[in-house]
Amino acid sequence: MTFAEEPLVDLIELRDVHKTYFLGEVELPVLLGVSLNISRGEFVSLMGVSGSGKSTLMNILGCLDYPTSGEYWLDGREISQLTATEQARLRNRMIGFVFQSFNLLPRTTALENVRMPLTYTQENLSEHQMNERATALLGKFGLADRADHLPSQLSGGQQQRVAIARSLVNNPQVLLADEPTGNLDSRTSAELLQTFQQLNRSDGLTIILVTHDPGVAQHAQRIINIKDGLIEKEGRPLKPGGAA
Amino acid sequence: MRSYITLKTALSALRRNVMRTVLTTLGIIIGVASVITMMDIGHGSSLAIQKTMISIGANTLVILPGALSTAGINYGAGSMMTLTPQDADAIVKEAPPVVGVAPIVRARTQVVYGNRNWVPTYVYGTTPAFLQVRDWSDLDEGEAFTDHDVRNASKVCIIGQTIVNELFGGESPIGKEVRIRSVAFKVIGVLKKKGANLMGLDQDDILLAPWTTIKYRVVASSISNANQSTTNTSNSAEVNTLSTIYPEIQQNLYPVPTATELADAPLPIRFTTVDQILTAARSSDQIPAAIQQITTLLRERHHLRATDPNDFNIRDMTEITKAMSATTDLITKLLLYVAMISLVVGGIGIMNIMLVSVTERTREIGLRMAVGADPGDILRQFLTEAVILCLLGGAMGILMGRSCSYIVSVVLHWPTAASIGAIVAAVVVSATVGVIFGFYPAWTASRLNPIEALRYE
Repeated sequence: MTFAEEPLVDLIELRDVHKTYFLGEVELPVLLGVSLNISRGEFVSLMGVSGSGKSTLMNILGCLDYPTSGEYWLDGREISQLTATEQARLRNRMIGFVFQSFNLLPRTTALENVRMPLTYTQENLSEHQMNERATALLGKFGLADRADHLPSQLSGGQQQRVAIARSLVNNPQVLLADEPTGNLDSRTSAELLQTFQQLNRSDGLTIILVTHDPGVAQHAQRIINIKDGLIEKEGRPLKPGGAA
Repeated sequence: MRSYITLKTALSALRRNVMRTVLTTLGIIIGVASVITMMDIGHGSSLAIQKTMISIGANTLVILPGALSTAGINYGAGSMMTLTPQDADAIVKEAPPVVGVAPIVRARTQVVYGNRNWVPTYVYGTTPAFLQVRDWSDLDEGEAFTDHDVRNASKVCIIGQTIVNELFGGESPIGKEVRIRSVAFKVIGVLKKKGANLMGLDQDDILLAPWTTIKYRVVASSISNANQSTTNTSNSAEVNTLSTIYPEIQQNLYPVPTATELADAPLPIRFTTVDQILTAARSSDQIPAAIQQITTLLRERHHLRATDPNDFNIRDMTEITKAMSATTDLITKLLLYVAMISLVVGGIGIMNIMLVSVTERTREIGLRMAVGADPGDILRQFLTEAVILCLLGGAMGILMGRSCSYIVSVVLHWPTAASIGAIVAAVVVSATVGVIFGFYPAWTASRLNPIEALRYE
């Protein structure tokens, strides 16, 4: 599963994306025309203070929300006007999510948590195949012996690694991490960021890391700063993907 | 595969909160249990009502010979002599909707005991099956005569309460002898009091004896008896083997019509005829089938051509039967409605808890949507949970309902009867309740916005 050998094409392209929320009579513009390209195999940080529109941008990138206007090309397909079901299928196939609060299912074992997205795939996997894939991923993140543990029996770092395993179980094109270190101490955070870098380098996984912490953002190859609904500046010039 | 996973997910979600699952299910358990119990009790009580109705005679069918009409004079129902005891035997053998058949030979004659006498309303010669058909088998005292007595034409009888009062002044008549037309009958049993029938006739004013005895030893000529309008003259006996044993009785083995009758309507010769045949259908709804089968059977046995009219009539108690089925219908429906209300209440309980559960698991729903569950998946998952809850409740309810009705039947001695229909209905209804009341919460869940659901605290 190395994408590094594939030709470098833009995996994600946003063209003049606007997002306006309508709260009754009041219009609340959040994104004021964002254009953005992310290549396959890039590790990008999305930075901004709260209220800057970075969460909205992340939701649109994650196919959880629609842009009010503008185009969103993902893997060569314009996807800004899909139905809820089509969006769900796309998320399942293309995008992995890692959240600040882990969002593991309570009272459900690590293995079952990792396996969960596979139950919504279109391909008909047997339970055995699902378990195999989930176990392999848990092993990759050093959690093979924790497969039967409940989230409450795992440390924060372990929980977040289970969450990463879950996000990768469907071999997504993009990993979207929303403040993944927000609930972790600095040492665990550092380990987690290393894991991300390693995933990016060795597997060529495209990663979009959303954070408000400049220190965390530094781990990416490119930093995109968002302020008041617009891309303010891009730090760290683009390096060729995967060749960090 | 997917539906299996959905099922597993739903089960583990229910397992996560066992206490709540049990409490939620309780509504459905009670609902289904009450449906089952009510249906069983309703079923049982309608059986009991049917039994009571049988003792009134609601299912009774009376088969009378046809009317004899000669020279423009119609002698009325029962004046033809077409029914034989063999007809009765054939009916009970060949008509399944029939429970018992009793041939009856009637007489209206004086009964004498000591210095008292009385003319009972009914002097019936019959078989022990009569008591079964009329649901009169429990005797007050003594015992009924047997089929053996019928074959032997034994001179035994059982009498009703009115006769006990009139002839014996209340003392026990068992073992005493009464005389009917100079023939001494030993009283071997006393019937239980039954009171008047629907027409106001005293049913206890009855004397029952084997029909052979009444026929051969008491009634001199059955045609004179069957047709009250002709005078009961003892025709001079030509050949009568019995007359040597009972010289006082002039027994005609063959009916002796007048010359005109003989010329106009030659009667088919049957060696023995009875005045009527009493039978009962197994249940009220089998009455039409019973009538139909008996008609076919008797027409065949009497060798009637397709164009010939029936030489017999079958009477049923239409009015009573109608009243009876209306009553049982009403009871069953009433109980069912009451039980249905509790099922609806149980369903609302399910809806309530499912709504709570959706709210509680908003984040989980958001997460599932984020990793690729489409609204249909979410809808299916919550609907499955609701239906499982209801089916679980249904299964428990069936067990509980059955044990309840068992306890009722044992402790309170109410008649209950298991009804498979109720069990099937309970399963279907509880699944339906699950779908109906589970749909709204599941629909709510599937309409959630994944972004908001993920942020929900």
